[in-house]
Formats: sequence, C-alpha cells, structure tokens
Amino acid sequence: MSEAHLTNEFQYSSAGHRAETAISGMWLFLATEVLFFGALLLSWIYCRHWNQAGFDAGARQTQLAIGTINTVILVTSSLVYSTGLAFMEAGNTHRLIQCCAIAWGLGVAFLILKFGIEWHRDFAEHLFPGQDFAISGSLGGGARLFFVFYFVSTALHGLHMIVGLILVGWIILRARRGEFSFIYFTPVVVVGLYWSFVDIVWILLYPLIYLVGRGS
Amino acid sequence: MTLWLPEATTSAPEVDYLIFALVLISCAVLALVFGLLLLYMFKYRAGSSVDRGTLAKKTWRLEAAWTVATLLAFFGLFVWGADLYVRLFQPPSDAMKIYVIGKQWMWKVEHPGGQREINALHLPIGRPIELIMTSEDVIHDFSIPAFRIKHDVLPGRYETLWFQAEKVGTYHLFCTQFCGVDHAQMTGDIVVMSDSDFEKWLEQNGTSETLAVAGKTLFMRYGCSGCHGGNGIGGSQSGSTVRAPALAGLYGSSVTLADGRVVIADDRYFRDCVLLPDTQRVAGYPPVMPSFAGQISEEDLLKIIAYIKSLAPEKPS
Amino acid sequence: MSATTIETPAPAISYLTDGFTLRSWLLTTDHKRIALLYLGTITIFFFIGGIAAALIRYNLIVPEGMIASAETYNRLFTMHGVVMVWFFLIPAVPVTLGNFVVPLMLGARDLAFPKLNLASWYLFVVAGIVAVYSLLVGGVDTGWTFYTPLTTEYSKGHVVATVVAIFIAGFSSIATGLNFIVTIHRLRAPGMTWYRMPVFLWSLYATSVILVLATPVLAMTLILLVFERIFHIGVFDPAIGGDPLLFQHLFWFYSHPAVYVMILPGFGVISEIIPAFSRKRIFGYKFIVWCSISIAVISFLVWGHHMFVAGTSLYSALVFSILSYMVAVPSAIKVFNWIGTMHKGFIRFDAPMLYAVGFIGLFTIGGLTGLFVAALAADVHLTQTYFVVAHFHYVMVGGMVSAFFAGLHYWWPKITGRMYPEMWGRAGALIIFIGFNLTFFPQFILGYLGMPRRYHSYPPEFEVLNVLSSAGATILAAGYLLPLAYLTWSLFHGERAPANPWSATGLEWTTQSPPFTENFDETPMVTDPPYNYPPFEVVRGHV
Repeated sequence: MSEAHLTNEFQYSSAGHRAETAISGMWLFLATEVLFFGALLLSWIYCRHWNQAGFDAGARQTQLAIGTINTVILVTSSLVYSTGLAFMEAGNTHRLIQCCAIAWGLGVAFLILKFGIEWHRDFAEHLFPGQDFAISGSLGGGARLFFVFYFVSTALHGLHMIVGLILVGWIILRARRGEFSFIYFTPVVVVGLYWSFVDIVWILLYPLIYLVGRGS
Repeated sequence: MTLWLPEATTSAPEVDYLIFALVLISCAVLALVFGLLLLYMFKYRAGSSVDRGTLAKKTWRLEAAWTVATLLAFFGLFVWGADLYVRLFQPPSDAMKIYVIGKQWMWKVEHPGGQREINALHLPIGRPIELIMTSEDVIHDFSIPAFRIKHDVLPGRYETLWFQAEKVGTYHLFCTQFCGVDHAQMTGDIVVMSDSDFEKWLEQNGTSETLAVAGKTLFMRYGCSGCHGGNGIGGSQSGSTVRAPALAGLYGSSVTLADGRVVIADDRYFRDCVLLPDTQRVAGYPPVMPSFAGQISEEDLLKIIAYIKSLAPEKPS
Repeated sequence: MSATTIETPAPAISYLTDGFTLRSWLLTTDHKRIALLYLGTITIFFFIGGIAAALIRYNLIVPEGMIASAETYNRLFTMHGVVMVWFFLIPAVPVTLGNFVVPLMLGARDLAFPKLNLASWYLFVVAGIVAVYSLLVGGVDTGWTFYTPLTTEYSKGHVVATVVAIFIAGFSSIATGLNFIVTIHRLRAPGMTWYRMPVFLWSLYATSVILVLATPVLAMTLILLVFERIFHIGVFDPAIGGDPLLFQHLFWFYSHPAVYVMILPGFGVISEIIPAFSRKRIFGYKFIVWCSISIAVISFLVWGHHMFVAGTSLYSALVFSILSYMVAVPSAIKVFNWIGTMHKGFIRFDAPMLYAVGFIGLFTIGGLTGLFVAALAADVHLTQTYFVVAHFHYVMVGGMVSAFFAGLHYWWPKITGRMYPEMWGRAGALIIFIGFNLTFFPQFILGYLGMPRRYHSYPPEFEVLNVLSSAGATILAAGYLLPLAYLTWSLFHGERAPANPWSATGLEWTTQSPPFTENFDETPMVTDPPYNYPPFEVVRGHV
C-alpha cells in the first residue's frame, strides 16, 4: 500500500476498517438519493392518480424503442462494470480498465440516444409542456403534467449519469496510474455502487415513462 | 389594549374552554418546572451543605411513571381537540350557503339571493351558515377570530367552513395566508345582525336576480342546455343528439362514476364536472363532455351551480 | 467558577499555531479549523437575519407600519426566515460545536471524511453568496415557506435566486450529516461503546439522520418549484390538474424534521452542561438517548400539522394531531431528566449553566405551546397568528439559540484556549432571558386575540402589545451583541484556559486547550461510563 493512503489512518484500526468506512459513506449517500428520487416518484404517482387519462395520453407519445434500447444499454453497462470489479478483486487491473472503458462508452451511448436523439424528437413534436404543446383538449392538462415529470426526471437522471461518467473516468485514470491492486481498490467499489444506483433509478423510471398507460 | 376576544358563535366558547384548559395545564407544568429549577438551584448550589444522601439506583420506575402520565394527558387533549375539530368542520345539511371568492387583495361575497359584498359579510344570528370558498389566484385564508374559525381558500377547488353566529356585532375578517404585497390590507368586516335587520339588509342590497336566476341565463349562454337539455332534464329527453345526464334533482344524490367510485353530487362535484370532466366520467354515459377550464369565471361558475341546485326533478308522468 | 489560581501558560503548539497563512486556513482539512470557518460565517448570517428582525419589530411599533412600503416589509420577513432557518439555525450547532467537539469526544483524530467537511463549508459559502446576492437585488417576498401558486406564478421577487441558495446549502447539510453518521459509527475510540458515548454525540447522530433523509426531499421540491416558476407549467398548478397542496406536503415533509434538526443538537449541548455543572451523572441516560432517536423517527410523521386548515382531509388531520402529541413526549421526558440530574447535585452558576437553565425554562414554554397547536380545534383559531410565531420563536430562539450560546461558552476555553469574562457571560445570559420573554410573550396574547402573522400593518387595538414586544426586542438585541463583544475581547485578553476548566468528564477535556492538530498523542482507551463524576464525599472536598 502506498503512503498516499495512509493519511488520517491514525484512527483506522486496519485498511479494512478504512475501506468499510468509505463504502458505508457511499451507501449513506445513496440513501439520500433514494429520498431525492423517491419524492419525485411519489409525486408522479400522486399526480397520475388524479389525471390518469391525460397521463396515458402523454405516455403514448414516448418513444418506446429508444427507451428500451437505452434500458438494455444501461443494464449492460452496470453488468460490465461489475465484471470489471470482479476482475479487480482478483488483481487484474488491465481487465478492470477495459471493462470500465466499455461501461463508460455504453453510458455515453445512452446519453447520446436520450438527449441527442430522443429529446430532440420530443421537442420537434412539441411535447415540451410550453406554449404550443401537442396535446390539447381535456386530456391536455394531464398530458402536460406527464411531460413535466418526464423532462424533470430524465434531466436529473442525465445529470447523475454525467457525474457517474466522470467518476468512472476517474477510476480508469487511477487504474492506469497503477493505484489499485488486489489489496486496495476501494474507490472501484464505491464508484460501482453509485453507477449501479444510477442504473436502478432508470429501471424505476423506464416503466413510469414508457410502459404505464401505454396500452390503454 | 384589549385582552379579550368576543365569543360570537355557538362553538367559540368551546374552543375557548379547550384553550383555557391548555393554559391551566401549561401553568401547572411550568410551575413545576420553574419551581423545581429554582428550588434545586438554591438547595443544591455548590456551596450548600445540605445532605445529598445516596442517589436512587433504579430510576426507570420514575421514568415510566412520568412517561405514562404525559401520554395519558396528551391523549386526553388530542381527543378533546379532535372531537371539536370534526364538529367545527361538519356543516349541518340545512345551513344557508354563502359563496366567497378570494383574490389579491379582496374578498368577494355572494349571497344566494344575489346580494354581493366586497370585504364584508352580513349575517343573521341563530342560523347555521356555510361558506363555500375559492380563490381566483393564490392561496388565501378566510379568518374570523371572533368565531374561532378559519380555513385556507385555494384556487381550483372549493373549501368550506361553517358557524352559527350568536352575538350581534361587527367583527374582524382577516386573510391569514400570506398572499402577496397587500396581504395585510385584505381585511374586512363580519356584520352579525338580528334576523329582522338581516332581512332588511337583504332587501336593501338585493339585485334583480338571485344567483340561481343568473345561473339559468349562463346555463344557456355557455351551451350547457345543448346537451343537458333546458332545465337540465337530460340529453335524451330534450332531443339532443348527445346522451348527457339529467341534472335536475341531482344535487345531493350519489353518482356512480365510470371507474366504479361512488361520489356525492355536491358543489365540488359540479365544479369538477365543468372544469375537469375527465376526472368525473359518469358510468353509462359517453365520455364526451368538454372541459370549460379557463372559459368560465369563478363567479359565473357558482351561479351556474346555484341554478343546477335549484332544479327539481321532473315528476314522472 | 473555575478553581484555577495558577496562571496557565499558553500551549506552545496548537491547531491555531499550526500554520498562519490564509492558505492554511482556506485549504485546511482540520475539523477544528473548519469549525471556526463556519463559526465566522454563521455569525455573519445571524447578524444579517438579526438586522431583518430588528427592522420587523421596528415596523410594528405603529399600527400603520413604520416602514412605508408593505413590499419591503414582506421581503424583510421572508429574508429573516430564510437566513435564520437555513443559514443559521440548521447549521449552527452541528457545524461549529459539532465539527469541533465530535472527533474529540469520540477520541478520534478527525471526522471520517475531512475533505468532504471542507467541501461542505465551501458549499455553504457559495450558498451564502447567492443568498446575499438575492438580498442585494431586492430579495423575495413569499415568506420562507414559498407556498405555490404565489411563488410560481405571482411573486415579483427573486424566487429562483433565493431557492438556488437554499438548494446549495442543502448539499452542505447533507455532507455534514453524512460525515457525522459515518464518524460516529466507525471512528469511536477503543472501548467507547454506544452506551459510553456522551449524549451530545447521540443527539448529533439523530440530527444527522434527519439531515441525510429529509434534505433530499427539499431538494426535489425546490427543483419542481423552480421548473414551474421558469416554464410557467408544473405539478402544483391546478389549471392542468396539478395540486398546490402537493407543494405543501413535500415542503413540510422536509421542514418539519428540519426543526428537529435545529433543536436536537441543542438538547445535546444541554445534556452535557447540566451534568458538568451539577457534578453529577445525567439522570436516565438511556431514556435520554432513546428519546433523541425517537424524536428523529417520529419527526418524519407529523408534517401534516402545518396543514390543519389547508384543505387536507379530516382523517389526515386526526392522524397528524395524535402523532404530534407523540413527538412531544420524548422532549418532555428530557426536561424531567435534566431536572432530575440537578436534583442532589452540586450546582455552579457559570454562564453555560445559566444559559442551560434558561433553555429549560424557555424551551418548556415553547414546547407547551406546541400542545396548543397540536390540538386540532385550538389550532384552527391559533394557526397563522402571532401565537404560532411566539411558539416557534420560544423553541428556536429561546431554546436553540440559548443552547448554542450555552455550548459556545462551555467549549470556548477548549476552542480558543481562553476563558471568557465570567461576569459578562452571566450578564449576557440574564439580559437575553429577560429580553426574550419581553419580546415574545406578548405575542402569545396577540395571537389569541387574532393578530395575523406576516402583516405589515394591523388594527389599532393590537398596538400596546406590539410596542411591548418591540421594546423587548431592543433588550434582546443588546443581549446578543454583548457576547459578540466580550467573546471577541477574550480572544486577545482572556485568561488562559487549562485543559479542563470545568472539571468535566468527556474525552475532549483530556487534551490541552486549545488542542493540537492531531487531537490526541495516543488513541484514548475508554473504560468508564459517560458522566463518571466521582461520588459526593470526594466532590464535596473539592468544591
């Protein structure tokens, strides 16, 4: 273990103690994110309860194909990262870097599909709930509400993905500098937790955006 | 400086009893707390040689005792407050309904006979009165301290409060939900009068038409009769091509909605039907009623609802 | 009174002498220095909020309002609320006393994430700059509660700027809470089991749980608010099927637990001071610690009591009322336990103890008046009046600010290595107690009589009580300026403090005053229960 990791170690009884501390910090941070997105999801469910027809009218306008492809991309990205972590546990930094790079690339693909293509089309079809919103009439109110949730949730999720990409990139850089070994790779675990969480948020958003109400 | 607030309604004294009991309990607890603090600060000050003896080892009995005592007292207070609250907000069915619309920064009041007031409300004593209130813009709050009653007034929905005034006099009306620059100016007078004085006031301030009569004109102008029929007898009866529910006699009865819910056709129901018909699709009828959101003002809407309420059902022939 | 007669020399090395450059302060990761950085920042905000308060009370001297413009008054009370809530009360004890004392009390060298600690201060400063900017360009006039649709559609104030400031401050809160939780779980000295931790640590733990779980909900609420304000379309708009009450539910879901964030650390401070100045073990230690935890838990279940006349259902009102009574029970138990601690103690009347006793009195009044507003029918009459204003000022100012001053005076010797002048300390405590009661007690009466809150002008029959209240406020202001003066003075001329001027228990008192950067030479080993004061026979000989 290099000296760089020995600051403040006065109070850690062992390297394992220090690693556990960092990991528990990330779990606690994820708990705050659960409350953050949870508030949004609960508000969504509440508003949908009172405006079902309008929400469904909005849901029918979402782009199921892109949404589904993106879900596959993100789940794969999480899986690949976890594979990289497994390699790291066995000491294989080289494979870690490769897996992180693939996970990173998949993340970028998600963002391009989501914001470059899907949002672009959404705006072109006047689905942003502004002046010239596409759906009018009695369902217009509920549809507008649906799209408020759609844009807010996808924007926030996208922001979290960008942060995740920065973190994964940071892991790649540190791994290439030789900072990880089978004895010490705590940051890889911590970033992995965050990246998986971003994935889970999407898994909750996907049915709310693309599936619920589509069939009605 | 006044330290006394009139108790102008039947329920005001009940609220005061509760508050007074809370004051008494608080004084007792405070006497205990301050008393013990001062006693101990004196008796057990560092320089005093009073015998401290041995300390109690097991303290949990004392802890449990004062915890249970506190819980019981609080439960009693909860029940008292809750019971009174429920009665404060459940108007009797025969209450006279008066409509209130709050907007920045004034109160508009409409009596069923068509009399209108701004920042004032004339009332008779001895009769239960229900206020049906909405806002045209932000959230306000209609508050009459002398009646010990208030309720928020929201845009997009009706809120109600009720009371029975017992003391003739003029009392403050305040807006008590911050609503912008002139929130502090959104005040008025509640004028409680004897029955005969109130009748005189109604006559002197009457307009040519009651709310219901004005509502009839609007019912036609907005095209409601086109589907619901003149006098609200229903689409199929009136020869309309649309099968729309009959409205006559509907007020106060149960309605089964398309999603299976059963609701009571009250003021809120009618308002939602007009503004948000999608939320109130009635079972057995086509979902074709358009929304009038943004097209009907609050004042026109309550006149139309008053008209609908006045419609008696057709006698079966 | 401190028993030192020997002149204590200044320690040669301390965290204060460990680097004198600006860089060594602005890039420090030492929890003690960060605590001082925070202390400076929140003091500034306390005085900004205090000036707003002074202007509010000045305005209310006459019924028509001394300040001509209602718009100005509305912006003043909004900024008073925003600054005091988010930039003073919520951070105060945790980021100053907590940051300084927690590692020392635990026997640790620093918090678990020292760099995160520094980052949280920078976030707070950025948030503060945005808040001051918003203030300077005219502020906002919606009340600190930001109810929609006033904030989304009608307000002409700088809603977005103010909300952004609060949003950033929220991240600072979350970081602090996260740091404390992990630190308390993981960095306790060997032998310090949970039940050997002083109550202050349990209180900060409970506070941190609330910070971490409630603040994110505020963040989301503010995002939805800003979206609606900017795009004029949103989930709180009844015209499209949204619900203004949804805002209130989301807002209060955070803001109610937030008030317990404000008071729980205060409870912790008082729980340290009463045993120290009674030279006696705290009464009912386990009850007190579990009361702290249960307050944190139940605090999440009572938010609806701010909405008894807002348009929620009768059933929800009933549920929230009974739960609100439940949350009051643990606080009552604490008051009884503190008094029980004083029973048969050896009580000294140094400034921290005077503030602490003042706290018990003022907090009890505030807490009892909470019972009034928890009672549904009484709340209908009293809500939105000065009664509620008096209630929350009694708990937050009479309670929390007194506790903050108590803790500041108690740990001042440890933080600065100097004693404050005792007589001035006691004078300050007394002036604050008297000034506070004069300011806020009349407001209970005003509220019962019906005077609404947030009113720039009022009916003439309320004038006398308002004048009384404003007169009290001048005394209170003097009471708050006094410690600023003598504490600053003590930094340069105060008597040097020994390691343990109060002869108190707790690991923080085993190290020098002020501590050196690493806190301890060797990791302490803990074998004693907390508040392990010696038996009476021994104490009596040493008083």
